[in-house]
Amino acid sequence: MPTYRAPLDDIRFVLHDVHGVGKLAELPGFEEATPDVVDAVLAEGAKLCEEVLFPLNQSGDAEGCTYDHGTVRTPAGFIDAYRQYASGGWTGISADPAFGGQGLPEAVRFVFEEMQCSANLSFSMYPGLSHGAYSALMSHGSEELKARYLPKLVSGEWGGTMCLTEAHAGTDLGILTTRAEPTADGSYRITGSKIFISAGEHDLTDNIVHLVLARLPDAPAGTKGISTFVVPKFLPTEDGRPGAPNGVSCGSIEHKMGIKGSATCVLNFDNAIGYMVGEPNKGMRAMFVMMNGARLAVGMQGLGLSEVAYQNALAYAKERLQGRALTGTKNPDGPADPILVHPDVRKGLLRIKAFNEGARALAYWVGMLIDTEHRHPDEAVRQEAADLVALMTPVIKAFFTDLGFECTNIALQTLGGHGYIREYGVEQYVRDARIAQIYEGTNAVQALDLVGRKLPMEGGRLVRRFFSLVKADVDAAADDDVLEALAKPVGEALGRLQKATMVLAEKGFANPDEAGAAATEYLHLMGYTAIGWQWLKMARVAQARRAAGEGDAAFLGAKLKTAQFYMARLMPQTAALLAQIQAGAGTIMAPAPSEF
Amino acid sequence: MKIAVCIKRVPVMEVKFAITADGSRYEETGLKYDINDFDLWAIEAALQLKEKAGAGSVHVVCLGPNAAQEQIRKAMAMGADSGTLLETDARVYDGLAVARALAAELKDGGYDLVLFGRVAIDSMNQMTGPMVAELLGLPVVTNVFKLDIGGATGRAERVLEGASEVVEFPLPAVLTIDDGLNKERLPSLKGIMAAKKKPLDVKPAALGEQAVVARSMALPPERAAGRIVGEGADAVPELVRLLQTEAKVL
Repeated sequence: MPTYRAPLDDIRFVLHDVHGVGKLAELPGFEEATPDVVDAVLAEGAKLCEEVLFPLNQSGDAEGCTYDHGTVRTPAGFIDAYRQYASGGWTGISADPAFGGQGLPEAVRFVFEEMQCSANLSFSMYPGLSHGAYSALMSHGSEELKARYLPKLVSGEWGGTMCLTEAHAGTDLGILTTRAEPTADGSYRITGSKIFISAGEHDLTDNIVHLVLARLPDAPAGTKGISTFVVPKFLPTEDGRPGAPNGVSCGSIEHKMGIKGSATCVLNFDNAIGYMVGEPNKGMRAMFVMMNGARLAVGMQGLGLSEVAYQNALAYAKERLQGRALTGTKNPDGPADPILVHPDVRKGLLRIKAFNEGARALAYWVGMLIDTEHRHPDEAVRQEAADLVALMTPVIKAFFTDLGFECTNIALQTLGGHGYIREYGVEQYVRDARIAQIYEGTNAVQALDLVGRKLPMEGGRLVRRFFSLVKADVDAAADDDVLEALAKPVGEALGRLQKATMVLAEKGFANPDEAGAAATEYLHLMGYTAIGWQWLKMARVAQARRAAGEGDAAFLGAKLKTAQFYMARLMPQTAALLAQIQAGAGTIMAPAPSEF
Repeated sequence: MKIAVCIKRVPVMEVKFAITADGSRYEETGLKYDINDFDLWAIEAALQLKEKAGAGSVHVVCLGPNAAQEQIRKAMAMGADSGTLLETDARVYDGLAVARALAAELKDGGYDLVLFGRVAIDSMNQMTGPMVAELLGLPVVTNVFKLDIGGATGRAERVLEGASEVVEFPLPAVLTIDDGLNKERLPSLKGIMAAKKKPLDVKPAALGEQAVVARSMALPPERAAGRIVGEGADAVPELVRLLQTEAKVL
């Protein structure tokens, strides 16, 4: 049976020692979020994940969701767990206290998100989608819609969804055809069919609030003719209870490779009553609020699964006795040595560890930037934070999930045959991780977003901000031998990233296929550089704390060794990625379709 | 119903302990702390009594260092209404000194019930609850695993060796709670946020003179590796011999 312990020591190190999460309490509205409260919340959130959500992960995968005449049943135990989760206030962890939320920073929700994804990704989808619907309504909904729906979403009594995809319109939302007809009372009648709707129908909540993309009768073609509507499963009564059924029905659920406890639904809207969110034909704005949040959340899925996979692979590698170390027996009292003696096993585990801890540091940094973007009194500081969040969103989504999948796969390999069978639980992490590379905009789409939208934005201001932050830390490392050795590869990676940016600016502008051909490699190059930069930051803190005799010496020593491993074994990827980018689109575009 | 629960801040036992170089005490660096397990069950019992009664209050009292406020806040996050820290930096080994300090704090509180965990998992003395009862002149029921309060009378089931015993007692009373009564609830997020605003009183612990001090501490000796004496029925005589002569358990 697999196990999971939330990595609270590492979480605290990143939040407090590396990023100084205490400064969030200085932002207006976050006065309650002092470090002791943040620690208490995360400690108890960890227990909820370990003791309530994790025990339902394997059983939820084995049982899956079941569909019967339009209703969907979640796996055994999900209802009770959800009740405990919602009544405890976790559905509203970062939501506005005006609507019943707990008002904690997004950064805290980010950490909780990671732990939930480790513990039970399928379960986390339900409150995750509700949070997305909350965010879209909060930023673009009318006061009336907010008053009617937000308290229910925050309390978790009602769930939320985002209904974008149609059978013929996935990545290309511009061609979707769901219709919205205006009516005399100002509401709309929605008709159309949506697919791949996570949490579209289930038995966890009394009502479900669908946010639906649809076209008005006179809408222009493409994404500039899409509006967003709230379509509840049951129409709320005046006193806020679920009333008459609306014209929404679940046609079926998908049978999937992973996240089997998450209901993925076909939803049919048949003259359903809907209410517009935001302005006509500008529905993508509201939906993008939801999508940007969801993309970051999906990135955390990659990290969360990689973490739980690591913990189980490591435990196995320490216990599994097989063969002898190449350099001679290390466990003379046993019939064989633990497989952790082998360089290849160690290398695999260290790859995962170096990714997890570095990605955690990068993610929490971005989480804190989101709070800064929303709350900081200084406009210039808010703008800088917004720029960096916009730049990092596709990187976190795609790089974390690409590496997350790779890492769960390495973890599986560590267990050999036992990784491939169900009992040890690791094969589930591989299957669950696979979807994260696809949904919420495929990773290729994320790369195009980075290269085609984020790089040219504001004359390249976003990426220049990032470059200067990395460079400042590289330069500052010259005062310490250990740090200087770590800073050198970070500086080299930054140089490669800047070079690749130049290549894209020159060639991509003239020929968009050049940008398209380089996009994924460019995103990975930025991912490796950004995580390497975070390792340099962590190493600086670890060095300083060791010198001051503070903290757990073994933990800090391991930090430095892992930083050194990252620089030696992962950072060289950046050279290969630059070479691939420089090779250009020629060999990719040359073959005719018949030559494939 | 007015209930007080006395809780102790104890090191989390999964962490590796070390003894200081002079052998006088365990090393504190690297340790993590939580509420004593049995005290968690006592808190849970108190909360359930309050919920069942639909009225009343649960007050938490802890004797320990300033950092023990963390444990009081946790109890509040679970649902306790208020707390008092009797602060001391001393490591107290004299149960009677602790009991005197607690009794002084509790005596004028007008509590219907004072709950303790049966035993603290660090010192394992299981004496503080009964001593407090004696000092307060209240009846005490120890090792309670089932509890029912009706009006001014309580009914408790106690754990005995291989049996159980049902006792009735008048209120006010002191009870020590055993496991099996409840699994404690997890503090909710709402509870944690609310806990910050609940009243927590900090005052010095009136410990008085301590008759018991710890002279030295030592870790248990390392266990030797297991030994396989043979397989199947043939191995039984040798196993029995070793159990008699070496392990001396037969």
